[in-house]
Amino acid sequence: MNRARAQGWLFGGSFVIAFLLQLMPLPQFLLPMKPYWVGLVLIYWAIELPEKVGLGSAFLLGLGADVLSGELLGEQALRLVVIAFIVLRFRARLRFFPVWQQALAVLALLFNDRIVMLMVRGFSGEPMPAATFWIAPLTGMLAWPLVFLLFDDLRTRLRAGE
Amino acid sequence: MAIARTDNATLFAEGTVSTLRLIVYLAFAVALMVLDHRGSYLEMLRHTGSALIEPVYRLAAFPADVARATRTAVATQDRLVSENRDLREKLLLAQARLNRLDTLVAQNARLKDLLDAQKNLGLSVQFARLIDVDLDPFRHRIVLDVGAHQGIVVGQPVIDAYGVMGQIVEVLPNTAVAMLITDPTHAIPVVVERTGLRTIAYGSGAIDRLQLPNIPISADVKPGDKLLTSGLGGRFPAGFPVGEIRSVSTDQSGMFAVAIARPAAALDRSGEVLLLRDQPQPYGPPALQEEIGPPANLAGPAPATATVSP
Repeated sequence: MNRARAQGWLFGGSFVIAFLLQLMPLPQFLLPMKPYWVGLVLIYWAIELPEKVGLGSAFLLGLGADVLSGELLGEQALRLVVIAFIVLRFRARLRFFPVWQQALAVLALLFNDRIVMLMVRGFSGEPMPAATFWIAPLTGMLAWPLVFLLFDDLRTRLRAGE
Repeated sequence: MAIARTDNATLFAEGTVSTLRLIVYLAFAVALMVLDHRGSYLEMLRHTGSALIEPVYRLAAFPADVARATRTAVATQDRLVSENRDLREKLLLAQARLNRLDTLVAQNARLKDLLDAQKNLGLSVQFARLIDVDLDPFRHRIVLDVGAHQGIVVGQPVIDAYGVMGQIVEVLPNTAVAMLITDPTHAIPVVVERTGLRTIAYGSGAIDRLQLPNIPISADVKPGDKLLTSGLGGRFPAGFPVGEIRSVSTDQSGMFAVAIARPAAALDRSGEVLLLRDQPQPYGPPALQEEIGPPANLAGPAPATATVSP
């Protein structure tokens, strides 16, 4: 009982922290390198707890992110739904990849996410972003092992704590 | 959801999430975006949720604030002393300039009285502090700690000590979001100080660049020219520094000159900003003025024949 609650806290807390990290300021030259934290955390939970993360929850999460960033309602919802769908579709394989291979898959996912973002912004009439736009998937890939190992460790601790 | 059973599915099983659901959600998201693009429902939603959004912003900015406070706290006495001296000198200089300016203002007022001019250059500003939050690295927005409760409205120009920073685009009860002049979707009407040439400076998406893509090829523009707001368009009052031309070249068609300018404001460094209170001009052409010329009591006794005004 207690363990389930702790799991729930970890699940919810991870998204809250991801939102905060997303909003967190960085020095100007580091800004384009900020990984898509919300996306990374969603990928992790979609791989590990698919019964909790569906397209619906990804959509709601995206709406929350849109309200926070205040640009276009539905943009991040669309991006996160696409991410969740691909991860859930290939989950059986992604799960058993070693971490470095997972990181490559994450790179592909985030790269795809940037293309989706570019399409959305193109349709809403915004100009082409600078070349630094494409750096974030790379840093996302580098951040993936961190996210993965951190959450895995936290979850094993929770389990062991029983 | 049916996904819970995937553990005993084969390794290469497909269809654990149905494509139909994906299509439904994607369509829903696209519909939302289109609706929002037309009706800006997001703004309403943000207004309703502002009680939740504003604390989140402040929470996200908190670590950076703490870091800055710590840095100030552990700054060496030496540096603080030298900084203090520096600021004192600057203040002295500014004060001296201001004193001279006072006489100029008085002189200006006298001359304006003489001309019976209607326009007033009075400046009413409001101080605001930045909430250090990054909404999106590719859109140049800043979040300020004042909002509707402090009387902020959409469209107010934002300036700092060196020049124009941008304008308010969204107001929440206690926070406001401003778009910087370097945002790729921003444009500001400017005038070249030296020649009086009017043009438009567009944001480039880089924090230290403005683009002026449509200058006539024959126009006299060179690096080092200062750009001021022209006051056209009715959004920004005239005469504020916007930037300085860094390079001029011809565009691909050879029909126009293209200039790159550096913003005058410290866009990525300012921690405090000023919001101009009074909107410079209403939209549209100014109202017709009844009579132009010196006031009747100053004009000498007009000869009866001089009925045609010069």
